[in-house]
Amino acid sequence: MKRALVWLAAAAGAVVSVIPFYWMIVAATHDGGELFASPPPFLPGGELMANLADLEETIHFSRVMVTSVWTAVVYTVLSALVSAMCGYGLAKYRFRGRGALLGVVLATMMIPFQVLLVPLFQMMASIGWVDTYQAIIVPFLANSFGIFLMRQAFMDFPDELLESGRLDGAGDLRIFYRIVLPCVRPQLGALVIFTFMGQWNAFIWPLLMLNSEERFTVPVALNHLIGLSHVDYAGLMLGAFLATLPLTLIFLLFQRQFVSGLLGGALKG
Amino acid sequence: MIPWFFAGPAAALFLIFFAYPLAASFVQSLQTTDGGTVEWAGAGQYARLLADPSFLQSLVNVALILIVQVPVMIGLALVLAYVLNQSWLRFRATLRAAYFLPAVTTLVAYAVVFRVLLKTEGGAVNQVLGVQVDWLNDPFWARVALIASITWRWAGYNAVILLAGLQAVGREQYEAAAIDGAGSLTTFRRVILPQLRPVVLFCSITSTIGTLQLFDEPMVLTGGGPGDATLTPILYLYQVGFRQFDFGYAAAIAWVVVALIGGLSYLQFRYFGRERS
Repeated sequence: MKRALVWLAAAAGAVVSVIPFYWMIVAATHDGGELFASPPPFLPGGELMANLADLEETIHFSRVMVTSVWTAVVYTVLSALVSAMCGYGLAKYRFRGRGALLGVVLATMMIPFQVLLVPLFQMMASIGWVDTYQAIIVPFLANSFGIFLMRQAFMDFPDELLESGRLDGAGDLRIFYRIVLPCVRPQLGALVIFTFMGQWNAFIWPLLMLNSEERFTVPVALNHLIGLSHVDYAGLMLGAFLATLPLTLIFLLFQRQFVSGLLGGALKG
Repeated sequence: MIPWFFAGPAAALFLIFFAYPLAASFVQSLQTTDGGTVEWAGAGQYARLLADPSFLQSLVNVALILIVQVPVMIGLALVLAYVLNQSWLRFRATLRAAYFLPAVTTLVAYAVVFRVLLKTEGGAVNQVLGVQVDWLNDPFWARVALIASITWRWAGYNAVILLAGLQAVGREQYEAAAIDGAGSLTTFRRVILPQLRPVVLFCSITSTIGTLQLFDEPMVLTGGGPGDATLTPILYLYQVGFRQFDFGYAAAIAWVVVALIGGLSYLQFRYFGRERS
């Protein structure tokens, strides 16, 4: 009896949790005017293709999606590589400046990046990077969180394996690429998902950097849509749905890596 | 040289895009561009900031969220995690996924959805509840709306983190508690909660930092309004720096936020981080 009540409460909460998604889908498939009719629609309608065409016409949403995907992919690949390399260097080598570098990594995790907004903005302006893709990719490639995550992973990596690689005559780079990286695939997977998600959702920096519509990423485009004098609410909901779709799919496919990426080794040790 | 082959790229990036702007930002926070030319303002900049009603209001707003929303959300997440960890719970995996789903939504996208749901005229929330609440244009309700949407986005995320912590608690500890005749509430309070302390610390520190850096939601949901009712320090920084182009003043706001994050994290660490004797 008590269990049944707890279950009902948990299920009710889950419905509350999911309902905005459901509504987003319903709204994306209706005519904009119907969303505020009385009563509001509760079931999906038949206007999906029409809304898609409108959204494409107002802001070229397919281009926005492509921009978001490719900038996020480029950022993720480069950033994961930089993080993994740095994490490996910090974990497996003793060298001058190692302590200082580790200190910087920890400091960047504690200092909110908004402190950098103004000088970074000026820096981008002075090198002519405003309104370019590299402005939203390059400055945040060294990701302290990722470095820390990878360092934790490499700390547990047995030195004997590195030694045996050396005995076989492999160079440091080859050992890293052939032996070390494949062994930390789970952590790397978590890092990749986490980094992709961060870049996909990034708002304030792309908002400052990207001025021309043809370079908008998804969050910037959505913000731009609300600012229009005539807001097309159905299009807005469709855009929100498309913005959420990739991460939702990744989440459903890779729940385990997703969660460990968000936890970021917080529970370890 | 080999270590620097690995660590070098990150170190160079940190130097150019972190260390330099960080130093520049601090110097800037002591300068003012009032009147067109750059002038030294020194500590006067901070004095001006601490007498600025909009900035003070933004601090009150985040304080409200820290006092009301964060504890409620973490409490909710704890209960959720505990329930979702029960082996008898049917459709457990589905329920977990449902609660976690908000955490994977794009911040701007969900703020947009809430904005449409909460529309006063014909918005779905008003229609379903049968009320005419002016969610986004009334100071009180705008705050409620902001707090409700943040809670919706982050409660499940914290629950999943706490759940991972719960799963690290050994089966035998529950059994030992059961043998000692402890009910589920006592077990939760006396056995589970103390072991979750580090995880709760992690959740409360990340939530505090997230609150002090709040930008996307108020920007999209209310634009900081009505008045300054949902203005946050970072949204104010954005307005001051990139609408009024007072870069020095914006930098000073950022440094106050840094100090607050440092101070509050330290206090939480002291409070939750101590070992149980």
